[in-house]
Amino acid sequence: MAEVLEKEAFVLPENIVDRGSHYCPGCHHGIAHRLVAECLSELGLVDETICVSSIGCSVFIYNYIDMDTIEAPHGRAPAVVTGVKRARPDKFVFSYQGDGDLASIGLAESVHCANRGEKVSIVFVNNTVYGMTGGQMAPTTMIGQKTTTCPGGRCEDREGSPMKMAELMASLGGTAFSARVATNNMKNIVSAKRAIMKAFRCQTEGHGFGFVELLSACPTNWRMTPVAANERVEKEMIPYFPLGTYKDFE
Amino acid sequence: MSSARDGERIFIKGNEAVAHGALAAGCRCYFGYPITPQNDIPELLSSLIPAAGGQFVQAESEVAAANMLLGAASCGVRAFTSSSSPGISLMQEAISYMAGSQLPGVIVNMVRGGPGLGDIGPSQGDYFQAVKGGGHGDYRLFVLAPATCQEAYDFMIEAFHLAFKYRNPVMVLGDAILGQMKEPVTTWTPAAGDPLYHDDTEGAEWRLEGKGERPARLLKSLYLEEGALATHNRMLVAKHESMEQDARAEEFLCDDAELIVAAFGSIGRIVKSTVRNLRAKGHKVGLFRPITLFPFPTKQIDALAAQGKRFLTIEHNTGQMVDDVRLAVRHHADSAFFGCMPGDLPSPEDFVEPILNVLEGK
Repeated sequence: MAEVLEKEAFVLPENIVDRGSHYCPGCHHGIAHRLVAECLSELGLVDETICVSSIGCSVFIYNYIDMDTIEAPHGRAPAVVTGVKRARPDKFVFSYQGDGDLASIGLAESVHCANRGEKVSIVFVNNTVYGMTGGQMAPTTMIGQKTTTCPGGRCEDREGSPMKMAELMASLGGTAFSARVATNNMKNIVSAKRAIMKAFRCQTEGHGFGFVELLSACPTNWRMTPVAANERVEKEMIPYFPLGTYKDFE
Repeated sequence: MSSARDGERIFIKGNEAVAHGALAAGCRCYFGYPITPQNDIPELLSSLIPAAGGQFVQAESEVAAANMLLGAASCGVRAFTSSSSPGISLMQEAISYMAGSQLPGVIVNMVRGGPGLGDIGPSQGDYFQAVKGGGHGDYRLFVLAPATCQEAYDFMIEAFHLAFKYRNPVMVLGDAILGQMKEPVTTWTPAAGDPLYHDDTEGAEWRLEGKGERPARLLKSLYLEEGALATHNRMLVAKHESMEQDARAEEFLCDDAELIVAAFGSIGRIVKSTVRNLRAKGHKVGLFRPITLFPFPTKQIDALAAQGKRFLTIEHNTGQMVDDVRLAVRHHADSAFFGCMPGDLPSPEDFVEPILNVLEGK
């Protein structure tokens, strides 16, 4: 019995840097970072990984995961990833991007990287808002959601509808794997890890381009408590952005 | 130089010389997007680079092409992109990031007429953009200006060497004349022992390749900590200043010249003919042709100014390099200016009157 009580309940993956987080309380980037780190570690990829970090809160992923990293300009991570993978096809290469980065300014780079079937992986964190710049409207902002640049709530007639990236990426010939998961509760986090593992295996096993979208919370810019933010992911985001695998190599 | 520069002699366009020169330099990746008048470069490389074991990607835009270059450069691999004026404008974002992150890439600009869509005829209107930064922030590119197809070939080999020497983007600035003209080029490849030779250890101390057993590496241009950006930018300035050691220019009949014409690239070559013709008629004129536009060959031209020479700058634009000539000679002299308009194709005769007017003090 004593042995069970002394069992370590929390172990950091070998490649996670043990430091304080700069993310706001309730932010899901920490969860996403941890999942990425666990997958890299469990697949034995840590030593041969080149990460392309993007713009926004998540640019600092390199402060939390111990790996070779290059910063990309806003939205251009899929082009940078392409250059890295073409230069070093023997390495594991992935980008980690937010919604403004991947679905707005970098939409062309995202679509064409997938369409070329680059043998890379993209982890896409969708929290329906621009975080670091202070809560402006994103391409994924929900209809009716208030942001600093749509203070009356996003209006479909005026601003269009939220973009469904997992479905869009799945429609492209070069995509081998595309899935949408969420990081708002334990059950979904377990599924999220499974999807990231598969997106990474998509590259290591030579199937091609792998994409995984993580529905995540931004309590600060949503003006919500972390608990309420998690509930919003469940009640508002998932019904519009259905979870599931949209394209699979298996 | 220990490499024999006596390889096969081939008859090719300036654009093709760029492609062949890059391959001879050991370039393994090319990323580009079609734009006139440099399309021969990607067209040729689409078959030559894969055949040499490298990668060719026609990007979805110049924005993407330049960022692919940034990615490949971060791995310490020799890579380049080429474009022409409007396309180069689109690449400026990535070029600024490459300068900030200290990445060695080569960018070729076969300049056409602007501003805006302009035309597809020759121009030197991108001088400011090339030598004053071009993108956002406080940085410089190393800029080489070839005047012949042979130089287009040679300068590509040199450009890759300089890019890695300084960990800085290098631009080869040609124009529509150079890109489209055809002449004999002697091919050569730097051999072991040649200062321009490169091997697989290039960039080994900073390149990304997966951390393996060593500490992880980070290539970045973001410096938020108090004073960190100032320290970084001071280091960049020191680097830009150190490039001075590689500044150079061609001096043609300058020793006894009363008037020296400063001109670069294709216009420098055309002016050379004018100078030769005027010499035959007894006029004491010479040519100063900057080969490195940044770093500008300030000491070289200032030495001529100190001898009491007078200067005229001739460019295929409305007056850009003339600013650098004036700055360089300011302690001793000034420079007159004559510009021909973008899109026109000047002949040596077109420069006779402007040169004689200045020579005779009209």
